[in-house]
Amino acid sequence: MTLSPAARWALRAAMALGLTFIYVPLLLVLVNSFNGDRTFAWPPHDLTTRWWAAAWASDGARQALLTSVQAALGATATALLLGTLVAFAVHRFAFFGRDTLSLLIVLPIALPGIVTGIALDSAWRSVMGELGIGKGLLSVVVGHATFCVVTVYNNVLARLRRTGTSLEEASADLGAGPWQTFRYVTFPLIRSALLAGGLLAFALSFDEIIVTTFTAGPGLTTLPLWIFTNLFRPNQAPVVNVVAAVLILLSVLPVWVAQRFGSPTQDANITD
Amino acid sequence: MDAGVDGDQGVSMHRHPRWQLAALLTAPVLWLVVAYLGALGVLMVSAFWTVNGFTGGIVREFSLANFRTILGEEVYRTVTLRSVGVAAAVTVICVVVAVPMAFYMAKVASARARPWLVIAVLTPLWASYLVKAYAWRVLLGNGGPIDSLLGGPGRGPGYGLTATVIVLAYLWLPYMILPIHAGLDRLPDSLLEASADLGARAGHTLRRIVLPLLVPPVAAGSIFTFSLSLGDYITVQIVGGKTQLIGNLVYANIGAAGNLPFAAALATIPVLIMVIYLIAVRRSGALEEL
Repeated sequence: MTLSPAARWALRAAMALGLTFIYVPLLLVLVNSFNGDRTFAWPPHDLTTRWWAAAWASDGARQALLTSVQAALGATATALLLGTLVAFAVHRFAFFGRDTLSLLIVLPIALPGIVTGIALDSAWRSVMGELGIGKGLLSVVVGHATFCVVTVYNNVLARLRRTGTSLEEASADLGAGPWQTFRYVTFPLIRSALLAGGLLAFALSFDEIIVTTFTAGPGLTTLPLWIFTNLFRPNQAPVVNVVAAVLILLSVLPVWVAQRFGSPTQDANITD
Repeated sequence: MDAGVDGDQGVSMHRHPRWQLAALLTAPVLWLVVAYLGALGVLMVSAFWTVNGFTGGIVREFSLANFRTILGEEVYRTVTLRSVGVAAAVTVICVVVAVPMAFYMAKVASARARPWLVIAVLTPLWASYLVKAYAWRVLLGNGGPIDSLLGGPGRGPGYGLTATVIVLAYLWLPYMILPIHAGLDRLPDSLLEASADLGARAGHTLRRIVLPLLVPPVAAGSIFTFSLSLGDYITVQIVGGKTQLIGNLVYANIGAAGNLPFAAALATIPVLIMVIYLIAVRRSGALEEL
């Protein structure tokens, strides 16, 4: 299709405007983390690094970061396990309720977080509470894993559909046992799909606040919870801003990992 | 993950697909069906319970009182309509902004620029939701950058319903761009050329070839933008001023009021809307695009 120069120009302008819309707020947070004024008077008059020092010294923020990493690791591991199991079941077998199951996996992320949150909260209190297990890191991991399964499931299932089963059959024909086939054929085929799904699951969990509000016990603070409680405290504003700036800078990391290690061309070669 | 593929009884399991399937499905089904769906089910049932006004205890007897209140009182209708309106407005804004961007990324930009544009759109997706809402709180604040850009304190939209819609659209925009981009990327250039060769002008090709193919990815993206906006109560607290959405009412009934059955009854509204939405969208084949 040949677009007129005017149309091309308009599309280019739309792209540039869109990217500006996406990046200006993020840049503002980065600049404000050096803004000497406590109320972020704009434009900034004096630049300082003392908020970065203050944030570094903030025990609350550091503790919350640690909790968030633990919760995200737990949720990612669980989601990797459950998501892969369902993907294999759906790909390799025809069974009653298969379509319903794949809809059910989308449900925790399609339903508003507050619904999943209260449902899990009251279920946890009435079932696990009776067993004497209070809410805490475990309940947060359970809540997060529930909506993280879908990312792993989708990635692995898409990969399985693309690669088919012929390589595994060949492996079995050549005398490999089931474990050998999994270790040397299946796993390498799905490795980058696991990485992509796992990264997404980690990010979803790390960032989640709504389900966390309901599943975290009174003593547990993840980083989003910490940011949210401190957001409305004028005293803490500069420190919150630095934490926000750090999170923006860190968001480059998973993209880099995905580009570096998850490039689909790496294992597409095997199947082509 | 390898329970069904290997293990001590690897050989015997290999011969018994039924056992393999059971090994693969037991844990996920226990988790998602028994635990998650069970919890949701109990929540939906508790919507028909009530709270004793004197003791504050939950009365486990069937009653339609909660739903009668929701249907009868003006405020719940207003808030529901407002929430659906916000979710719809956010979705429309996202589509309008995302389609030209995705089209440029997939079909117009040079081959070298394309992967970088995808990365540029993808990266903010990993930045924290709260951080982005917070950035807008600073932007929209009284005397903040937007105000000074428009000529002084109070000139910008400030905190409120407009701000909520803008910020939600900002938050979910990448979720709309990515599926549309993926859909356009799959669309072979030869198809567009064929249309041109057969005499269609660019506008005609857009309407007759590109737009119909955009329906499934737009529907997929709208699941995110619509559902995420419908359930939100955090953004609205950060930039919404006094605006209330369904999520705020549900939250207030659990927290301050301690009326879980009524909160559950309120929560059935977005669930019902989303289930209808998902079923409608499934027909377009959008669930495969997620």
